[in-house]
Amino acid sequence: MDVPDKLKYSVEHEWLAVDGNTGTVGITAFAVEQIGDIVFVELPAMGTTVQATKPFGVIESVKAVSELFAPASGKVIAINDALADAPETVASDCYAAGWLIKIELSNPSDVDALKDAAGYRAMIASL
Amino acid sequence: MLQTALDARHRALGARMIPFAGWEMPVQYQGLVEEHRAVRSAAGLFDLSHMGELYIAGAGAGAALDYALVTAPGKLVVGRAHYSMICTPDGGVIDDLIVYRLGEARYLVVANASNAPTVAAELRERIAKFDARLDDASMRTSLVAIQGPRAAEILQPRIEFDLTNLKYYAGVETTACGVPALLARTGYTGEDGFELFVAWNDGVAVWDTLIAAGTPSGLVPVGLGARDTLRLEAGMPLYGQELDRNTTPFEAGLGRVVKFDKGGDFVGRAALEAAKDRPRKALVGMKVTGRGIARTGYPVYLPAAPEACGTVTSGTASPTLGYPIAMGYVPCDRTAPGSQFEVGIRAQRAGAEVVPLPFYRRST
Repeated sequence: MDVPDKLKYSVEHEWLAVDGNTGTVGITAFAVEQIGDIVFVELPAMGTTVQATKPFGVIESVKAVSELFAPASGKVIAINDALADAPETVASDCYAAGWLIKIELSNPSDVDALKDAAGYRAMIASL
Repeated sequence: MLQTALDARHRALGARMIPFAGWEMPVQYQGLVEEHRAVRSAAGLFDLSHMGELYIAGAGAGAALDYALVTAPGKLVVGRAHYSMICTPDGGVIDDLIVYRLGEARYLVVANASNAPTVAAELRERIAKFDARLDDASMRTSLVAIQGPRAAEILQPRIEFDLTNLKYYAGVETTACGVPALLARTGYTGEDGFELFVAWNDGVAVWDTLIAAGTPSGLVPVGLGARDTLRLEAGMPLYGQELDRNTTPFEAGLGRVVKFDKGGDFVGRAALEAAKDRPRKALVGMKVTGRGIARTGYPVYLPAAPEACGTVTSGTASPTLGYPIAMGYVPCDRTAPGSQFEVGIRAQRAGAEVVPLPFYRRST
C-alpha cells in the first residue's frame, strides 16, 4: 500500500500536503481500495471554510456514499475541477492528479494532530 | 450471524463480507464494476444460499398456494415456474417469490432471505385448512446461480440434461456437477442464467466445479453489490426498496402478476380488487440528467416545487449505461417517459427524467 513519506495523514484516511500556509487534501490509497469504483466526487465551493475532522464533501462508489473529512481547518482556495468529469482520477492517482481541494490553513497546529507516514502505515496495518 | 456452506470459499477468494438479512455474505470480490461487467459479457457465479426454500406438498398443495398467493400456481405446468407475490389481507406486499411446480402435488416457493421466516410462518397458517404441508428447507439448501451470456456453455458439460430443452422459468431435477440438483433457468440479472438448488453440503462441489470450468471463459464470482446493480439495470424490484407492505402490486407496476381470474378467493383479493384502479403512487425508472447519483430514500420533486412528491427507491451509477439511473415512486399522472423531476441530493437538486423500464435489455 502506497503511503508517501512526505505527507501527513488523518485517521479518516485523508492526506495533507503542507506547503507554507497552504494544505493540499486528498484521500489515501487505502481509502481508495475501501471505497471501490469511484464514480462521483462532490467538493465544497471556493471560499468555503472547512473544519478539521468535519465532513467537507462526499465521494461515491457505484455501491455507496462516503463522506470526506477535512484533515485540517481552513478556507478552500482551490478545488480539483477535473474530478467533475473524471472522478476515477482519484482512484488511479490519489496522491497527485487525484487531489481534492487546497486550503489556506487557519490553524497550523492542526497538522500536529495528524499522523506521519510511519504512524499511518502502522494504523492501517492494524485494521 | 449465519454463514453459508461456501463461506470459506468466499474468504479464500478475497471477498469483503457484510451482514445481510442475518447472514454473512460476500458484497464483492475483485470489484463491483468488474463483476457486473463479467455477468453482462461472460458469466458470473453467485452464492444465494441465504434465500428461503419452502416446499409445499400434498394433494391440495396447488389449491393451497392459489389461496395463499396472488398467482395461480395450481395452473402451472409441471416443470414450469412463475414470479409471484404473497400479500397481506389489505393488499400490501409481504414478499415477492418464485414458485416452481416440481410435480403434480409438489411445489417450491423461493423467498427473499430477509422475509423467509415471515413467509414460512404466513404460508403455514394460510395452507392449514388444505391437504398440504410446508417443509422449510432453507437451512438444508445451497443455492448457486450462474448468470451471463456464457452461462449455458459453461454449465452444459457439467449436467445430465440438455439445456436447449430448458425454457426460461422452467426447472428440472437432474444431476449437476456430480450431485442431485434442481436446475432452473431463472435469475435476477437481466441475462440468461441458471439457478442450482442442491443439498447444503453439495454447494461446495457445485461452486468449485463451476469456478474451475468457467474461469477460462471469463466467469468470476459475483457479490451482492453487483447483484444489486445488475437487477436495477434490468428494472427488477428489490423487496424492502421497491416493494413493501405499504405498496400494492399495482403501484409497483406488477399488476399483471395478480390473477383475479383464477377463481376462488385468495388472501388480499378484495383489497387488491379495490386497489387496482386506485394506485396512490407509481414506480418509474429515471435517468438522472443533473449532477449526482440518486440513492435510496432521496426525495423526488416536481421541477422547482418546494415539497417532495415522491421518493427514490433504488439508484446507482449504471456500470453498463455509464450514467446514473434510479427507480422511485412518483405521482400516478407523471409516469410518461420524458416527465421531468428533480432529485434532492444532499443540499442540491439534480434533474431527472422518466425513462422506460428496463434500463437495460440484453440483445438476443
